[in-house]
Amino acid sequence: MTEEYNLSVSPHIRKKESVSWVMWMVFLALVPAGIAGVHIFGWNSLRLILISVISAVAAEAIILFLRGRRVALSDGSAALTGLLLGYNLPPQVPFWLPVVGSFFAIAIVKQAFGGLGRNIFNPALAARAFLLISWPVYMSGYAKPFSYPDAVASATPLNLFKESKLNLAEMGLNYWDLFLGRHGGCIGEVAIYALLIGAIFLLILRIVSLHIPLSFLCALGLFSWLFPAQGFAKGDPLFAVLTGGAILGAFFMATDYVTSPLTRRGQIIFGAGCGIITFIIRRWGGYPEGVSFAILIMNAFVPLVDRWQRPRVYGRGK
Amino acid sequence: MPGLFKEFSKGIFRQNPIFMIVLGLCPTLAVSTSLENAMGMGAAATFVLICSNVMISAIRKIVPRSIRIPCFIVVIASFVTIVELLMAAYLPQLAKSLGIFVPLIVVNCIIMGRAEAFAGRNPVFPSLLDGAGMGLGFTLALGIVALIREFLGSGKVFNLTLFKSFEPAAIMVLAPGALLTLGLLIALANIIKKRSA
Repeated sequence: MTEEYNLSVSPHIRKKESVSWVMWMVFLALVPAGIAGVHIFGWNSLRLILISVISAVAAEAIILFLRGRRVALSDGSAALTGLLLGYNLPPQVPFWLPVVGSFFAIAIVKQAFGGLGRNIFNPALAARAFLLISWPVYMSGYAKPFSYPDAVASATPLNLFKESKLNLAEMGLNYWDLFLGRHGGCIGEVAIYALLIGAIFLLILRIVSLHIPLSFLCALGLFSWLFPAQGFAKGDPLFAVLTGGAILGAFFMATDYVTSPLTRRGQIIFGAGCGIITFIIRRWGGYPEGVSFAILIMNAFVPLVDRWQRPRVYGRGK
Repeated sequence: MPGLFKEFSKGIFRQNPIFMIVLGLCPTLAVSTSLENAMGMGAAATFVLICSNVMISAIRKIVPRSIRIPCFIVVIASFVTIVELLMAAYLPQLAKSLGIFVPLIVVNCIIMGRAEAFAGRNPVFPSLLDGAGMGLGFTLALGIVALIREFLGSGKVFNLTLFKSFEPAAIMVLAPGALLTLGLLIALANIIKKRSA
């Protein structure tokens, strides 16, 4: 029998890309932001990122072994979760914090729901929320950039904006500082230029599409411009988008395949929801920053959005 | 006699109201922030459970079937009122920290469930044992949840700090901690059940 007559079930057209290829490409795309973060906040942040990645991989190995599954670590998903968690930490937290966070992310948020591809919530973000609620003092103690090795405490621009009602000039910053990450914040979220390099890399490789990030950032900017505390349409959309974890969240965490909708329209709805909830938390919520909670809340809506935006099968009625 | 002992022992693990039947979760989630609260709640619920089981079993033949639920509730509510007043008089601190959850024992699913499933159709003595076993099982389960949450969430056991250097995770004494702990414990109970079956 020749190749021509082989019968097989669909799918017939396969892509070369595999899960591990995608994971390692995202990992690679995040490297510039990590280098920039270490440059801004010192070697201690590199130590935290490494601890976070190693403990996430170790947690994955232990849980897979306990579940009696093949211990497959080369898919890179655990390493990526650890990396993202490390990027979401302030640069001066104690070393055990990323260890606890990574174990929570892998054991509870990922493996307890069935492992890779079955988790409802983004593991790194859920772990960040867990750490933020558990140890708020560590998770909101930010350091001044370039102040290592004797770190000087400093507030994030969003904190100053919310608590002291300062505008950008009164903080002694300009947009360029925000773009280059010269302000307090989490390790991997401050260097916008480095994050954008990684994002463009992923867009060129077509690993992420613009639907989620663009709708996320547009919704956030639009609402921050229209409804700030100062009055209607007096907000600063650029400030809203460049501060906090908006860029990191929009390009690298909201776009997680497992926890985002399947269809394009669904993704736009998902992204816009993230942006609006982020704005609501920043404007009226108890925390100065709301990206992680916004993405987690929208993660919970993903099955609903997917059901609502289910594509019509060609030839079937409405 | 072994049959009677079984009525008592089934509530402790095999038919544990929280881990196996998954009933009475509101008090379990709400008052398991400290071991002290959990023991107070467990004792109150056990008292009501035993008394209402005995009383309901005694009146089961004279209560018309169609209005049995209201009758059960009147019986349960009377005993809950007794517990509530006693607690307010002699343990005001505990009554204050348990708050609304003491009067809410009236609508506790475990007590209604035992009245409907057991006391309403069995003689007095087995009902007493059933109530005592279920009460003990409830108290034990609540105690385990509370022990874990109090230790992880505030670093204490029975209000005593165990380790000075341990930094508690505040989330464990908040609502998410209750759901996490309970979910993992139910998973553990299922594993034990599977292994022993």
